[in-house]
Amino acid sequence: MENLIALLVAAPLLGAAVLLCGGRRLDRIGHWLGTVLAAGSFLIGAVLFVDMIGKGADDRALHQKLFSWVPVESFQADIAFQLDQLSMTFVLLITGVGTLIHVYSIGYMEHDERRRRFFGYLNLFLAAMLLLVLADNYLLLYFGWEGVGLASYLLIGFWQHKPSAATAAKKAFLVNRVGDIGLSIAIMLMFTTFGTFAFGPVLEATGDTGEGKLTAIGLMLLLAACGKSAQVPLQSWLGDAMEGPTPVSALIHAATMVTAGVYLIVRSGAIFDAAPTAQLVVTVVGAVTLLFGAIVGCAKDDIKKALAGSTMSQIGYMILAAGLGPIGYAFAIMHLVTHGFFKAGLFLGAGSVMHGMNDEVDMRKYGGLRKYMPVTFITFGLGYLALIGFPGLSGFFSKDKIIEAAFAAGGTQGWILGAATLLGAGLTAFYMTRVMLMTFFGEKRWQPDADGNEPHPHESPSSMTIPMIVLAFGSVFAGGFFGIGDRFVNWLEPVTKFEHPHPPISIPVITGATIAVLLLGVAAAYLQYGRKPIPVVAPRGSLLTRAARRDLLQDDFNHVVLVRGGEHLTRSLVYLDHKGVDGVVNGTAAAVGGLSGRLRKLQNGYARSYAVSMFGGTAILIAATLLMRAV
Amino acid sequence: MNPVNYLYLASLLFTIGAAGVLIRRNAIVVFMCVELMLNACNLALVTFSRMHGNLDGQIIAFFTMVVAAAEVVVGLAIIVSLFRSRHSASVDDASLMKL
Amino acid sequence: MSALAAAASTGEAVQFWILGTVAVVGALSTILMKKAVHSALCLAGTMIILAVFYLANGAYFLGIVQIVVYTGAIMMLFLFVVMLVGVTAADSLKETLKGQRWLAAGCGIGFGILLIAGIGNAGIKEFNGLGQANAAGNVQGLAKLIFTDYVFAFEITGALLITATVGAMVLTNRERTERAKTQRELSEQRVREGKHLPPLPAPGVYARHNAVDIAGLLPDGTPSELTVMQTLRERGQIRDVSTEALNDLKALEQRSEERLGRDREEEAAK
Repeated sequence: MENLIALLVAAPLLGAAVLLCGGRRLDRIGHWLGTVLAAGSFLIGAVLFVDMIGKGADDRALHQKLFSWVPVESFQADIAFQLDQLSMTFVLLITGVGTLIHVYSIGYMEHDERRRRFFGYLNLFLAAMLLLVLADNYLLLYFGWEGVGLASYLLIGFWQHKPSAATAAKKAFLVNRVGDIGLSIAIMLMFTTFGTFAFGPVLEATGDTGEGKLTAIGLMLLLAACGKSAQVPLQSWLGDAMEGPTPVSALIHAATMVTAGVYLIVRSGAIFDAAPTAQLVVTVVGAVTLLFGAIVGCAKDDIKKALAGSTMSQIGYMILAAGLGPIGYAFAIMHLVTHGFFKAGLFLGAGSVMHGMNDEVDMRKYGGLRKYMPVTFITFGLGYLALIGFPGLSGFFSKDKIIEAAFAAGGTQGWILGAATLLGAGLTAFYMTRVMLMTFFGEKRWQPDADGNEPHPHESPSSMTIPMIVLAFGSVFAGGFFGIGDRFVNWLEPVTKFEHPHPPISIPVITGATIAVLLLGVAAAYLQYGRKPIPVVAPRGSLLTRAARRDLLQDDFNHVVLVRGGEHLTRSLVYLDHKGVDGVVNGTAAAVGGLSGRLRKLQNGYARSYAVSMFGGTAILIAATLLMRAV
Repeated sequence: MNPVNYLYLASLLFTIGAAGVLIRRNAIVVFMCVELMLNACNLALVTFSRMHGNLDGQIIAFFTMVVAAAEVVVGLAIIVSLFRSRHSASVDDASLMKL
Repeated sequence: MSALAAAASTGEAVQFWILGTVAVVGALSTILMKKAVHSALCLAGTMIILAVFYLANGAYFLGIVQIVVYTGAIMMLFLFVVMLVGVTAADSLKETLKGQRWLAAGCGIGFGILLIAGIGNAGIKEFNGLGQANAAGNVQGLAKLIFTDYVFAFEITGALLITATVGAMVLTNRERTERAKTQRELSEQRVREGKHLPPLPAPGVYARHNAVDIAGLLPDGTPSELTVMQTLRERGQIRDVSTEALNDLKALEQRSEERLGRDREEEAAK
């Protein structure tokens, strides 16, 4: 069975290689090839999954070593895979959602002449992401980590003829790079601390290591997670990443890649458990991001950017849960999986809407679309209900658990985190209801575009609706399937450990409060967007609204602090270099030159001068000899 | 009188010769001063011979004279050819060692 | 001679002090005389005194060799070279290198003091004397050593002398690097340069003398530079005879005047 693991990665990798190197002759079958290979990978994952659940809880982890990658003395890096329950969950999510989105893309990208290349990139992403979650050591994980970064860059900038897309790709790449530096430093620290970077030895050795080092490693891992998962302060790239084709947004920037940070933290749980400071920082980052993303989501008129804010916010929930330790790991992953379903569904729905609306993304120019695209409306609506945590749907089970766990963090910290998660739930309900109302309800507000083309909203082809329907099923039932009877928690328990959270207030009270906040958010949104007509041109809005439209000034902050600061830093460094370093160097050179100029005068070319030196030297020699004899 | 006085005389002559080498510019005079230094050495050697009561010192002095003769021959030839090409016998004129 | 004692006799002491003083003065004169030829003479004097000291120290062979080889041969060689360079040329004793004289003096004094201090420090008291070594004669003793213990050094010295001789010949012999010009080539060169096509005028032309030291006169009565040897001209040994012709003419006129006068007187007497 272990031998199948490599095939998981190999199938999409083969697809990427063939599609990217195959040239034009594959244009006609390229998308099918990519989809079949992705589905093949999913099938292999399913076979492995069936095999896994057939075994006892403790024997489920599989391990496969392909070959020694970098065998240098004590530096031993292997290409080796580890398939345990956590990896299995990710494999199924990645290949499952990935396959659905491949199918969706067949329809969505039908008119794009570079569709083959798009599928090549998608397969490349799948391979890298699978490598990331299957790696049995941090170095190979890093390889996959960079691979998904590359795929993300290529796919965000897929429509590179648009300057905004090219810039967004560059931005995502650069911001991710900051996080990647964190990961590489963490790996280096691990190697110096533990002498290895394989998961097993590193995570077992955390008990015997100083807390300071573990905190440093944890914070570096968190930096990496922030970069990849768009958490504050490295969140700025995600909104712009929506320039990519919508399937990409659904697969990479909602369901899978952006959750790699959560995977990293959960995988490294032992390190964080032994470093409470790092854990605290993780929860703070999660709490801040979940509110940040929610506030941004409330203000955006671009449907994909609103969803991107939502993604950021939901990943904030996951990061927060992962920072809570054993009471939160399983819930973080559970929310990750359910979020993968409903957020991918929502993005696909948004893509379907755009597909019918001549690629219009401004929700103020939608309105009343439920009549024109019923399937999209229903699947999107189910995803919406799941996301806001409507009782009985996926989001309810997973998010409610996170809120409980946040309250259970203990002390003031618990209260603050709990309040943040509750507030986030309310905001989620508000902005998602807003999206829903602006898109599918109310009057139709679309207008001819610049070329005079009146949009003719229509339902998307079945290759696009079928994946949406499948994901809608997931959105509805996954949470219940996982949550009832702690099925998911028990499944993950051997890998992530688990402790039942014990919040200071009883669980039904928390659930009730959550539902109340949720209804409050929905009501507020209905009052503002359901009752009143929506202006096509956005009103000026309050100061907070305007700030939120500008992504809470994240880019302005980056510009002022990082760009300007960097410019000042480089300018002062240049000044220092010119005046200080060059001054010292040139000064030394000038001093040596001057001294040599003086010394050169001794070399006047006159034999008599040299003779004097010799004569003086002889005198000194005699003096020394006599002195030695005297002594 | 102690014959060691010959040694004092020899060192005096040697020093005068050396100073002459350093002070004079005319190559011929410089050369003469070198000869003076050699002679001073010879005097010292002869005195040493007397001091030790054997003839080895005189032998060395004899060899010094032979070598000096050879040196004079070659040295004067150099001076002559220098004079021929430069019309000067000043050692300072040949300051080509300077870069 | 064989009784040459370890300690010097009073006579030797007197000789040492007198001749030693002269030797030092000679050495100082050598380096202070302006003319090279004077330096050479002073040095020769010093060397002769040294020869005397050699004799006094029992080195009879060396004393003679010093006179014959050094003062006789080497110093003569020096004088030849001095004459070649210019006997009359006097050197300027003004120092041109900055600080050279002071450095030389400082080093010299320091060096001398150190040497003398070293010799004094050595505390040489005992002199064995050469009585025993010179018992069979100084030359015989030297010869025995040279042809036994020092025979290789001696042979090598011979090689050195040969080498020096060859070296001197090589250095002083100016080798002709190109073929000598033929007469024809010389005349062609002269035509090409365009001056003095005919042979130079002989001295004394248009003059009443034809000695080599008398410049020939040009038709206007001025002397021509070309007609006399450059050497004589530089020495200033040219006799200018341009005025002589006029003097002669004047004398002739005077003589004819006298003659005419006498004739007139004779006529008047008649």
